[in-house]
Amino acid sequence: MLRITCPYCGIRDEDEFRFGGEVREPRPGLEVGDTAWADYLFNRNNIKGLQRERWCHADGCGQWFELNRNTLTHEFDPVHSNGIPRPEFKG
Amino acid sequence: MNGYSFPNLVRHALSGHRNWPVAWRSPELKKSYDVVIIGAGGHGLATAYYLARDFGIRNVAVIDKGWLGGGNTGRNTQATRSNYFWPQSSAFFDRSLQLYEGLGRELDFNIMFSPRGVLTLAHSHHELAGIRRWANAIQINGVDSEILSREQVQDLVPLLNLDCHYPVVGGFIQHRGGISRHDAVAWGYARAASTLGVDIIQQCEVTGFEIADGKVTGVSTSRGRISAGKVSIAVAGHTSVLAENAGFRVPVSSVALQAMVSEPIKPCLGCLVLSPAIHVYVSQSDRGELVIGGAADGYTSYAQRGGIPALEENLAALVELFPVFSRLKLMRQWAGIVDITPDTTPIMGLTPVKNLYLTGGWGTGGYKAIPAGGETMAYTVANDRPHPLIGDFSLERFTSGALIDEGAASGVAH
Amino acid sequence: MRQLFRNTSGGRINRERPLTFSFNGRTLQGFDGDTLASALLANGVRTVNRSFKYHRPRGILAAGVEECNALLTVDSGNGRVPLVRATMIRLCEGLSAASPSGFPHVRFDCGRVFDATRRLWPAGFYNKMFKWPNWHVFEGAVRRMAGLGRVPEGQDAMRYRHMNAHCDVLVVGAGYSGLKRALEEARSGQDVIVAEQDFEPGGSLLLEKQDSGKAAADGWLHAVLDELRTYPNVRLLLEATVSGYYDHNVLTVHDRSAMSNGIETFCKIRAGRVVLATGAIEQPLLFGNNDLPGVMLAGAMRHYAVRFGVRCADNTVGVVNNDLAWGSLLDLHDSGVDVVAIVDSRGEISNRQAAAADQRGIPVHTGSVAVRARGSGAVTGLEILDSRGKRFGIQCRSVAMSGGMNPTVHLYSQAGGKLRYDEALACFVPAHCTQAVEVIGAAAGAFAAPDDYRIAPRTSAPFRSNTQWVDFLHDVLVSDIELAVRENYVSVEHMKRYTTAGMAVDQGKTSNLNALSVLARLTGQDPGNVGTTTFRPNFMPVTMGAIAGNRQGGFYRPTRHLPAHQWHVSQGAAFDSFGLWKRPAYYGVDMQQSIRAEVTAVRHKAGLFDGSPLGKIEVSGPDAAEFLSRVYVNTVATLKPGKVRYGLMLNENGAIIDDGVFVRLADDHFLLNTTSASAERIAAWLEQWHQCEWPELELIMTPVAEQWAVATIAGPKARDVLSTLAGVGDLGTDILPHMSFRQGRLASGLPFRLQRVSFTGELSYELSIPAGQAASCFAQLLAEGKHWGLQPFGIEALDVLRTEKGFLHVGGDTDGTTNPYDVGFGRIVDNKQGDFIGLRSLLRENHQKASRRQLVGIETLDPEAPLEQGAHVICGTNGQRRSEGFVTSACYSPTVERHIGMALIENGFARQGEEVRIYNMGHIVRARIKPPCVYDPKGEKMHA
Repeated sequence: MLRITCPYCGIRDEDEFRFGGEVREPRPGLEVGDTAWADYLFNRNNIKGLQRERWCHADGCGQWFELNRNTLTHEFDPVHSNGIPRPEFKG
Repeated sequence: MNGYSFPNLVRHALSGHRNWPVAWRSPELKKSYDVVIIGAGGHGLATAYYLARDFGIRNVAVIDKGWLGGGNTGRNTQATRSNYFWPQSSAFFDRSLQLYEGLGRELDFNIMFSPRGVLTLAHSHHELAGIRRWANAIQINGVDSEILSREQVQDLVPLLNLDCHYPVVGGFIQHRGGISRHDAVAWGYARAASTLGVDIIQQCEVTGFEIADGKVTGVSTSRGRISAGKVSIAVAGHTSVLAENAGFRVPVSSVALQAMVSEPIKPCLGCLVLSPAIHVYVSQSDRGELVIGGAADGYTSYAQRGGIPALEENLAALVELFPVFSRLKLMRQWAGIVDITPDTTPIMGLTPVKNLYLTGGWGTGGYKAIPAGGETMAYTVANDRPHPLIGDFSLERFTSGALIDEGAASGVAH
Repeated sequence: MRQLFRNTSGGRINRERPLTFSFNGRTLQGFDGDTLASALLANGVRTVNRSFKYHRPRGILAAGVEECNALLTVDSGNGRVPLVRATMIRLCEGLSAASPSGFPHVRFDCGRVFDATRRLWPAGFYNKMFKWPNWHVFEGAVRRMAGLGRVPEGQDAMRYRHMNAHCDVLVVGAGYSGLKRALEEARSGQDVIVAEQDFEPGGSLLLEKQDSGKAAADGWLHAVLDELRTYPNVRLLLEATVSGYYDHNVLTVHDRSAMSNGIETFCKIRAGRVVLATGAIEQPLLFGNNDLPGVMLAGAMRHYAVRFGVRCADNTVGVVNNDLAWGSLLDLHDSGVDVVAIVDSRGEISNRQAAAADQRGIPVHTGSVAVRARGSGAVTGLEILDSRGKRFGIQCRSVAMSGGMNPTVHLYSQAGGKLRYDEALACFVPAHCTQAVEVIGAAAGAFAAPDDYRIAPRTSAPFRSNTQWVDFLHDVLVSDIELAVRENYVSVEHMKRYTTAGMAVDQGKTSNLNALSVLARLTGQDPGNVGTTTFRPNFMPVTMGAIAGNRQGGFYRPTRHLPAHQWHVSQGAAFDSFGLWKRPAYYGVDMQQSIRAEVTAVRHKAGLFDGSPLGKIEVSGPDAAEFLSRVYVNTVATLKPGKVRYGLMLNENGAIIDDGVFVRLADDHFLLNTTSASAERIAAWLEQWHQCEWPELELIMTPVAEQWAVATIAGPKARDVLSTLAGVGDLGTDILPHMSFRQGRLASGLPFRLQRVSFTGELSYELSIPAGQAASCFAQLLAEGKHWGLQPFGIEALDVLRTEKGFLHVGGDTDGTTNPYDVGFGRIVDNKQGDFIGLRSLLRENHQKASRRQLVGIETLDPEAPLEQGAHVICGTNGQRRSEGFVTSACYSPTVERHIGMALIENGFARQGEEVRIYNMGHIVRARIKPPCVYDPKGEKMHA
């Protein structure tokens, strides 16, 4: 069972989280062609190895964040960030 | 004397079974083949067999990084059915079921096909309406299906608790559906293909493709390069990895799908029971084990092992449906990596690279597709155009939007 | 009742507490502290089971988890359970055990005919036959022979619970190594959990025989246990088997310690570090008839002698290939089992061993191997081949064999740990693992001091290979592996699957190593190169109920009740399940009659509906309008505060996923309604879009569905009914027209939200009030409304009312492939300015095709002929039939007094008025395509 570190709540069991898939390229505008749109919408890198991905602490704070996980070993790369610094709680 | 039959078994018994020939050869890897098939699972082996049988193309190598039948072919729950909503899927999977029905004799290898019926449960009137829509579609597609009342369901599966948390209101059954022995399917195809001259090369990993002018000319492997007229990819959960090597992306996510078995007990469950609403299915193997499957794990993975949440979820659902199973013990739990497409329909046919073919995206339904998958891919490789049965399963559909969304239509994915 | 094989003294049993139990109907006696296996052996029981395939008699082989023969059906007071390891269950008063096999009896089994003809049934025989006419014909008979017990009968009296725990260190195994480590960790302040599968801690310390060794071992054990008990940071779990080792150091434990109280516990332990002190399992030797009752593991025989004071037989011959087994044999001898000879395959033994044997008068044959055991139902002798090639026999009642130790590395392997073959130890030992796990003691291969463990290579006897058992339970013979190799099933996985070696319920604890050693020899490889198969959870089978826990019956899923549930009950509601919700389907006894009456009331007077599960999400912030514009198909910017608009949501693939109205409360503040079924899903989905794709948009979302109960008042008298609520304000249609909104406080001080929207086609108001006040509000409305003919109506009537109006039911009239064009919202898509979720996909060729299925109304030509939801519209004739679509909604309309429905039909918009055939389960009726709305098509009623 994965033990996932939510940047806001700390380490929790995987069943509190929802997986959001690999982090993708930005959503294209309406002007892109069908092929490029299909590539964005459906194609995936589906990396075997270290993958940057999204998780949501669904049964917790409800926040989405990104982290790096090895899809073969399920090890997390401790460096993760979604651009939001980890909040500091003062005692 | 080398055929498989009871008289031959008796004859060989007299000589202590010391004279049986090999089931398949272990040939030397040649430098060049007309066709190289990557992946010696059910699909790859079946493709090779039908290439040799139907098209006389015998200079074929099936190469695998591990041992033949060692991927999802040897890890699934052995279920076979063709009760599909969409006509394309129904036609394809029913062809597969027909081939399964005669496969033991075709391959001279008992694959233990057991058409014991696949029962799908409805837990509400809304679901029953959905099932009616599904069952009608199946009948119109020319495939058997029968709606059962609550009482008929109980007669068929006496141990089922109809008054579970989501009371069973009825169901529908495909009588011709059932189970078979997964290893035997791989071994049967391997033996038959090998006999026809196909080289099965195990412990040989493909590391890259040789592509010139948009056309594949060979593959590089852990045991050197092989030139190939045509190359077909049949690697189940690893489709993305191979496609990336060949320079294109595919609409596939790999996830771990768990299966589990109980300790073996005397026969207590006839047909295969499937509950789409509470995500569990169960059958009893010929050895007596309850074979249990359910929803896939919730995140992408290439690790062939399952987690605890899916285990608990599957067993809670099973015990809810069959309270009498609560005292039985779970023996083993394992997982296979399945490649899931956005519409849960497989991807079969040509690729952006010329002479390179792909069968993948089988999700949770690859096993039941093996015979027809092999037959149609053999046609596709031999003729360089998709077999009519798989024309709609091409990569193209993702660009045009012509998805074949079985999950959305029937509530049950492949 | 006499225990003929029980020594008069010794052992860790309580002779003051005799226990009565039964086996196959015979009443027997044992002592407190016995296992079922030791009690059976004390009573001289030899044959406990029959083998799977050949129905050979089988006796107890081992004393621990590795036991593969004594798998019995046992009732310890909580019902019959199949496949209980007799070696693992503590004897209790009144226990009844039975052999699961043997027809008519375990001691005389007609199935033995398969043994007599076993040449016909080698590995994989079933692959080579049963093809004509087909396998299914033979299957029934084969199935009936398989299985090791029956499904339990009656209600399960057990209670199952889950326990979650965290610790710094989990020590698996409370033997010497485990306890020593646990103590060290405890002393250094670590939170420690120790899990031991036995009911007594101590492991091999319990096997020190009656002399100074026992005193020292007991002394150490007591001291350590006493000290451990003083630490609040130490938990010792007994009868708790660690069954699975998962990612991130989460392990599952099957705790059976409270079984006598009817409780089994499944623990999930999250450990900072894991220390595996799981010991090692002694392996059998391969010789002829090595499966006969009476052939046992040497260590197991010592176990029974020392721990339970039980002689497994009066005499024995020791057949060994390693040093450790000598200790067992000498202990056995000293415990009253006459060791008549020791046969050691090694050429040399130590002086100490020679002296010990000499002192006890035991003849020793070095460089010798067992050829075969003699006997039919049980061992009567052993044939030996000595170093000079001479064959001779020894009479004996049992054989104590030892093929050396194999570390219990199952959990390590489950953790992802890799194994390495150790030549000197002739077994696989842990190599490396990415998880925080450490293996100590015998589990790491430290069976003894390095010089004290020498082992001869694993081999099989120079005897007929079809009499040498590798896997006792599955009847796998050395000759089966030979056949596998001959047929080229040479990878270890192929061999395992072809022969089924190691695939029985013991998962090869005593067979894997021998099987792959034989495979290695036959293929001329090192065992290390052959490799081993991966171990999977569970280490020991776990009760399925325990894994499911208490998530059964009413706890399988939570049930959601409406805030005014009791009020609905008092109104005679018949409830139905909608997701987790229980909602009133109709009120009354007769479903059809009730629906009809409720529909008529709404059409002519007024009805009251509980719409509380409706999803409600508030979106506020400067960018709220922009966000909603990207989410809805419909235009948002032009909506004025206080006004309501209908909206469709698509997924990025262009398929409709939800609909509902949205209200502009203020310029920067919206209230969204979603369908009841999708309330949580849509709220989460919107959050994902905001957080992941458009974090730059400034807004916050708050789901408020649970805060507000919703009373829908619909019908021509709705305004009159609602006006009775003081403080609700002027309801005049010019003040509060259709699709407008108001909020405020009632005279009672209760806050309310009111939106005039209609899903029934009548004048209709949705009144939201705080959920806690729902019941009293419903009661008040009904009391006041009685005068106007108000009556409650349920979901079934609502469905009829909206079908009469041709209103869309997302999820019923749509599926995951339906786009807005298909349901007649094409104009809205075309008029929308800017991008929204799903728009790009709608521009693809496939989404613009006229041949798509489109939502239309449908009615049977014969007004009496019913339509069924799920029936298909077909074209073509028998054999060449094709579906052109299907009926998505169907009901009897009391308003127009006929069966009506809606259907998704290919090119349906252009086929208005066309006659079609409807197929349902073999029956065909004729029907006509119509506009979806059959009631008040101009919408005058709801604007009234």
